[in-house]
Amino acid sequence: MWVAIIVALVAIGSLIFHLYTPWWSTEIASNWGGMDTTIDITFWITGVAYILILLFCAYCIYRWHSGSGNSSSESNHKAEYNPENKKLEVWLTAITALGVIGLLAPGLIVWDDYVTVPEDAVQVEVMGKQWEWGYRYPGADGKLGKSDATLINDDNPFGLHLDDPNGQDDIIVEDGYGMHLQLGQPVHLLLRSVDVLHNFYVPQFRAKMDMVPGMVTYYWLTPTRTGTFDVICVELCGTSHYSMRGGVEVVEKEAYQTWLSEQETFAEMRAALNKKSSETSRMAMNSQFKDKVTQR
Amino acid sequence: MEFFREIRGKPWLESEDAINNAQLGGSIAMPPVRLALRIFVAVVGVVFSLSVVAYSDRMLLADWKPVPEPTIMWLNLIVLIASSVAMQWAVVGARRDRSSQLEAGLLIGGACSLAFLAGQLLVVRQLDALGYFAPTNPALSFLYMLTAMHAIHILGGLFVWARTVFRLWRGVEVEKVLMTTELCAFYWHFLLALWLVLFVWFVIT
Amino acid sequence: MVDTTPEKVENVSPAEVPEADLYHAHSFWTKYVFCQDAKVIAIQYSGTAVVIGMVGLVLSWLMRLQLGFPETFSFISPDSYLQFVTMHGMIMVIYLLTALFLGGFGNYLIPLMVGARDMVFPYVNMLSYWVYLLAVLILVASFFVPGGPTGAGWTLYPPQAILSGTPGGSGLGIILMLVSLAFFIIGFTMGGLNYVVTILQARTRGMTLMRMPLTIWGIFTATVLALLAFPALFVSAIMMTLDSVLGTSFFMPAIVEFGEQLSYGGGSPILFQHLFWFFGHPEVYIVALPAFGIVSDLLSIHARRHIFGYRMMVWAIVAIGALSFVVWAHHMYVSGMNPWFGFFFATTTLIIAVPTAIKVYNWTLTLWRGDIHLTIPMLFAIAFIITFVNGGITGLFLGNVIVDVPLSDTMFVVAHFHMVMGIAPILVVFGAIYHWFPLMTGRMLNDAMGRFHFWVTFIGAYLIYFPMHYLGFVGVPRRYWSMEDTSFIPDSAADLNAFITVAALIVGFAQLVFIYNILVSVFKGKPSERNPWKATSLEWQTETVPPGHGNFSKELPVVYRWAYSFSVPGTVDDYVPQNVHPNDVKLVSPEGK
Repeated sequence: MWVAIIVALVAIGSLIFHLYTPWWSTEIASNWGGMDTTIDITFWITGVAYILILLFCAYCIYRWHSGSGNSSSESNHKAEYNPENKKLEVWLTAITALGVIGLLAPGLIVWDDYVTVPEDAVQVEVMGKQWEWGYRYPGADGKLGKSDATLINDDNPFGLHLDDPNGQDDIIVEDGYGMHLQLGQPVHLLLRSVDVLHNFYVPQFRAKMDMVPGMVTYYWLTPTRTGTFDVICVELCGTSHYSMRGGVEVVEKEAYQTWLSEQETFAEMRAALNKKSSETSRMAMNSQFKDKVTQR
Repeated sequence: MEFFREIRGKPWLESEDAINNAQLGGSIAMPPVRLALRIFVAVVGVVFSLSVVAYSDRMLLADWKPVPEPTIMWLNLIVLIASSVAMQWAVVGARRDRSSQLEAGLLIGGACSLAFLAGQLLVVRQLDALGYFAPTNPALSFLYMLTAMHAIHILGGLFVWARTVFRLWRGVEVEKVLMTTELCAFYWHFLLALWLVLFVWFVIT
Repeated sequence: MVDTTPEKVENVSPAEVPEADLYHAHSFWTKYVFCQDAKVIAIQYSGTAVVIGMVGLVLSWLMRLQLGFPETFSFISPDSYLQFVTMHGMIMVIYLLTALFLGGFGNYLIPLMVGARDMVFPYVNMLSYWVYLLAVLILVASFFVPGGPTGAGWTLYPPQAILSGTPGGSGLGIILMLVSLAFFIIGFTMGGLNYVVTILQARTRGMTLMRMPLTIWGIFTATVLALLAFPALFVSAIMMTLDSVLGTSFFMPAIVEFGEQLSYGGGSPILFQHLFWFFGHPEVYIVALPAFGIVSDLLSIHARRHIFGYRMMVWAIVAIGALSFVVWAHHMYVSGMNPWFGFFFATTTLIIAVPTAIKVYNWTLTLWRGDIHLTIPMLFAIAFIITFVNGGITGLFLGNVIVDVPLSDTMFVVAHFHMVMGIAPILVVFGAIYHWFPLMTGRMLNDAMGRFHFWVTFIGAYLIYFPMHYLGFVGVPRRYWSMEDTSFIPDSAADLNAFITVAALIVGFAQLVFIYNILVSVFKGKPSERNPWKATSLEWQTETVPPGHGNFSKELPVVYRWAYSFSVPGTVDDYVPQNVHPNDVKLVSPEGK
């Protein structure tokens, strides 16, 4: 008897927990509301199935258990013998298939949207390395210069081809908390890593993709709310995975343009570097590197 | 297929009892050892086909540099074919109860396999001498890895082969080693087929 | 209905096995240590798996302590936390569950249930265990090498798995892990060949495939999956070892590690992920299918009713097994692989839900109009249905590609796979142990301790993992040593984490009661009847309980019916064992003949 009650309580308790949980997705700040909608649909379809199956079990146990159940010998009735019921099984299969289609169809529609980058999206490169973020903006020409991991050195942290004209006006932001995006402007994020797998994730944006060394992955989104958001890494990338943090600021168009115009281009950065005595810069970089090593 | 027919049965129906009661045990008309070898060969086949898939996938990437096949590889191939033929000849001998043919076949087959292994070692040393250092060239990494994996499987076969030869040498009757000889021959043909696939793959890429 | 007309039933003479004597071991060493009897090998496998599983359990406590009470335990550094995560995952999935279901239950039940004297290759079977033990020892050794075991996560993704930024990545940790896996696979293949060939070729007379208990169907299909899936792990382990030791670039692209160019170039980390999950997804079913089979039998026996829709159950097992090879990349939706794969793999993944759902319906329909005895195995079986449905449903979230995007790599994933392939199969393991313990020892486990163990384990595990899903919705990532301050995680999440930790510790300690129960009951438990659950399958029909070497007496049993003849109308008893001759079945009205 009370086994049946507990099974029913598990179903009802889960439902109540779900309805009153204080833990739920953060307020969305991108165009990916479709993901949240798909989650809601999935909750409805699967939730109904879950509750029904559990209540059915509870009823069976309540209705057809034998005695107190402590021993296998007590029986107050004989079970029904009916090995197969084709009609029932066909119906159940059909209903399940319908449910699965109900889950899959909206999901695939949103996924199609997710992998198709709109033409008016501006490109921004995100670079992950153990354990910090960097960003690159295409500059005035709207094009990112070519890059290659083997060209990376202290003076060229993103490994840009020095002779590529598209790269000269690129803007490199080495501060992981310094990413800026323009409100309402679709942005095509090109994701790179120089060492291990990372994953650039802003919970309010919902979108996510691994960054894989040796290739460029992508996703796109349109920020729909201004504010400052946390960036976290969600693909295990070594000891300090948990502290690989950054920040992104979504601002209005004017503020975005102002910010962009204040940034140094790649060409300016290199010119400034060349001016400095190469000896001192190398020493500084070396000590920086050593700091990192000891941090590990 | 038999399997799919069988799993459509309704074992609770009395009308099927007579058929079911007549079941004598095994599902496949084959001694357990032979079935086990077939399954093992299938598993090894999966190992190698996944390696070949990985090879082809890796080949598409930018830094792929083809490697020349030393002529000695062709020679090795002929030796491997010879070993397979010899093993088959041994089986024929065993089936006809000709112990001399069985022994000769086994010995030639084993010797050819050993020669093949030695030849493979030479290939690796030649490639090394040509200055193709494995870590820098993925094609060569794969070639070395697959060659080594194939060689290990041959060594495993040679272990069973050695036991068979030893038993014959101790004077065991021919019919008692018939099964082992057949299994050896089957395994040898499989390893030959495997190597042919790998070799063709190396040559065309 | 059982046909009992004598002239219709031919007397089938039982198989004679003259060499039954061969199975008798003669010395202590061959009887208990280097034993070729599948039942002893099963106990060796299970014992080793449980011991290493306890290590995995302790590791999970350490992880939970860090998550529930951060900044409290100074000995848990970010490095050691990742090592706990990795070793816990690997131990539980491979060295505990796979070994226990196939090496343990497989070895014990296959020969007995199909009516064979032993596995077809007892010597290879024995080797299988010793190679497995070697693999476990290598794994344990990695705890004691400089740098400690690998902390790359159980998925061992390159490049980080073999780089110095990961604990154990530049030392022996990762190498020992890969070597141990390779040995495990070799050992498993030896055992797996045995299980498959024994089921196919060594069944007793009258035991058609469709008369086999579903336990055997589950173990059989799982073994076939394992034989075909483990090679993928084997190949990737070899290639990664070469990358690490010889510096090849199978999986390693050009890498700049902490400002330094490494000598790798051109390899593909995604290739490893494809190989790994080509193994990894079938692995889920390698654990789940034996659990499906065993739970079907537990439900049927303790509800005194045939399993509902036996044929559908068999087809579903086979269909799930086949489909499990075409869904692997649903673990890689956000891995950076070609995004168009998402459409294909989301579809195949959700198709798997259909046969799985049918199995769930049939389990519950087995209870319908049954004669349900709420014994401990039955309680565990019911708890399995609940946790499995819960975990299966969250699988529909993660399998649907777009829903996976926000949820992947969060605690939602952790909650999902623990519910579906941690808790649910483990509950079956417990149910199965309570069920077959009388067969293995001739004694019953203590009922009161058993019920305590059940309720704490089931309710506790549910309280651990059900709320954990909601941390995933919040966006709490997995494999984080510490969350620190964020703008999106409310402070109450820390309270929930602390609650989960306390629940995990309680559930963990309940397992000590279980172990104590086993140790005491082996020697002092209440002697059991010969067939205490009144089961029909052959393992309970042996001459002696526990069954001796060679399992059956001089003659092997002859099978006359399927394993689910419970409560057959017209019979006196509510069960008819598989090997009872139709003429010997007691009928309610003999004049009806």
